[in-house]
Amino acid sequence: MSRLLRSFPGLSAYAVFYLVFLYTPVLLLPLFSFNEGTIVAFPIKGFTLKWYAELAGQEALLRSLLNSVIVGGVSAVLATSLGLFAARAYVRYRFTGREMSEALVMLPLVVPGIIVASSFLVLFLSVGLKPSLTAVILGHTFLTVPFAVAIMKSAFDEFDPSLEEAAYDLGETVIGTFRRVTLPIVAPGIVSSLLVTFTVSFDEFILAFFLAGDQPTLPVYIWSQIRFPAKLPNTLALGSCLLAFSVLLLITAEYFRRRSAKRT
Amino acid sequence: MITLRSEASQGMALSAPATLYVGLLVAAPLGILVVYSFWTQTYVSIDRTFTWENYRLAVEDPLVRHLLIRSVWIAGLVTAATVALAYPIAYFIAFRTRHKTLWLLLITIPFWTSYLLRVFSWKLILGFNGVLNSALMTVGLIEEPLTFLLYNEVAVVLTLAHAWAPFAIMPIYVSLQKIDRSLLEAATDLGCSKLERFVRVTLPLTVPGIIAACLIIFIPTVGDYVTPALVGGSDGKMIANLIQVQFGAANNWPLGATLSLMAMLAVGLVAGCFVLLSNLLARRIR
Repeated sequence: MSRLLRSFPGLSAYAVFYLVFLYTPVLLLPLFSFNEGTIVAFPIKGFTLKWYAELAGQEALLRSLLNSVIVGGVSAVLATSLGLFAARAYVRYRFTGREMSEALVMLPLVVPGIIVASSFLVLFLSVGLKPSLTAVILGHTFLTVPFAVAIMKSAFDEFDPSLEEAAYDLGETVIGTFRRVTLPIVAPGIVSSLLVTFTVSFDEFILAFFLAGDQPTLPVYIWSQIRFPAKLPNTLALGSCLLAFSVLLLITAEYFRRRSAKRT
Repeated sequence: MITLRSEASQGMALSAPATLYVGLLVAAPLGILVVYSFWTQTYVSIDRTFTWENYRLAVEDPLVRHLLIRSVWIAGLVTAATVALAYPIAYFIAFRTRHKTLWLLLITIPFWTSYLLRVFSWKLILGFNGVLNSALMTVGLIEEPLTFLLYNEVAVVLTLAHAWAPFAIMPIYVSLQKIDRSLLEAATDLGCSKLERFVRVTLPLTVPGIIAACLIIFIPTVGDYVTPALVGGSDGKMIANLIQVQFGAANNWPLGATLSLMAMLAVGLVAGCFVLLSNLLARRIR
């Protein structure tokens, strides 16, 4: 093995270079959000927090933030509930059509966004649902189901079915067993799924762009701001807040996922 | 006394809500798109008489053909670039480092930040008065800003290769990780050089991972809207931008529906051919 390790000496250097490539665009936003100059270019003019301070007073921004939180929260709960039951079925039971069903729920991951967005818009309008937060929620639930299923499947994978059997034998009902045995054990997985699906919804742009109508979510609001060079520093500050928030959520989600894996 | 239903029906009942929800939201929009594609837009309303007019327009219009071909072409370039750049990293994580979890985490974190913002950031990096140009000028490497950085195909490919990185690394990493290490030792014992061993053992065994990575990247990329809109300029526009115009400014939904379906068809055809070809190729190598 160690012989294998020493081959290709350039590979470690490449890996480090690749990380720089991955992180440069992500770290650039926070770096320039503290820049006093309004143009995003070197040299940096000086340190300021005023772009952040200005964010607090912008009503349209705060409203779109609220919209995003609502959409993210509701979609996360819906997708996680769907994912919870489906994942349990996939891990625990053998039934006809299981593989097809498993493949189907993963489909939203690979359909091009513009096709989902345009077809949902047409569908929703034909059944009388105007572009609104409800429409975005339905769309985001669709998009986030695969994430919920994947996370819940790994939570159930670690779950020992004999615990449930023991509960049945001791006289618990099906619902009682689920509530008092199954649910507490997979709870960290549920938290992790909620956080991940929330993050995906919170960052999603193209569906919301088509379906939000006059109730923009945060990415749609940012899209409308990108076009104005004068708003650039504020957009950078806002973007930096979002980056920090997403990473924080993800680290929390990862913590809970690990805990759920360790528990059994 | 509880009556436990049979395993099969319980499993079906539990998975039904998710399956129905996703299934319905795949089938219904698709059906509606097909129906719309045979209608036509008159100024304010929709004419519901059956017609092939949209398809005729889409096939005959050189712009549509051009954008479709370019979308597939750019998506192909993006896929090739992303997989080629990602393979060594996946190899590195699978064989060369002990901190696998840390590296995997490091690679996935950027992916969880807003896609829109990452693309926007590339625009700032590559722009005329942007980060890269100003940095190079401050250091004194160039006298004038480079103009070939932004608003072209290369910018689109670079940005998307960045955006899709973890999607390529993960499947390849998984297939590398699955390789039985004794096969590699056997190859060395039988006199393979390192390069030979890689080409004849490691690479063929990771073909499933490479195919998975290619599909995961190629399919959504054909329909990408944000990147061509922000960094593509007029040279880098793709089919999604035209579709969006039909649903937005041009207000021609039937044509938009037709274009969506054609984009999907193109994706399906190319992806299908790709899977067939790569399977044949993989069998050849072995």
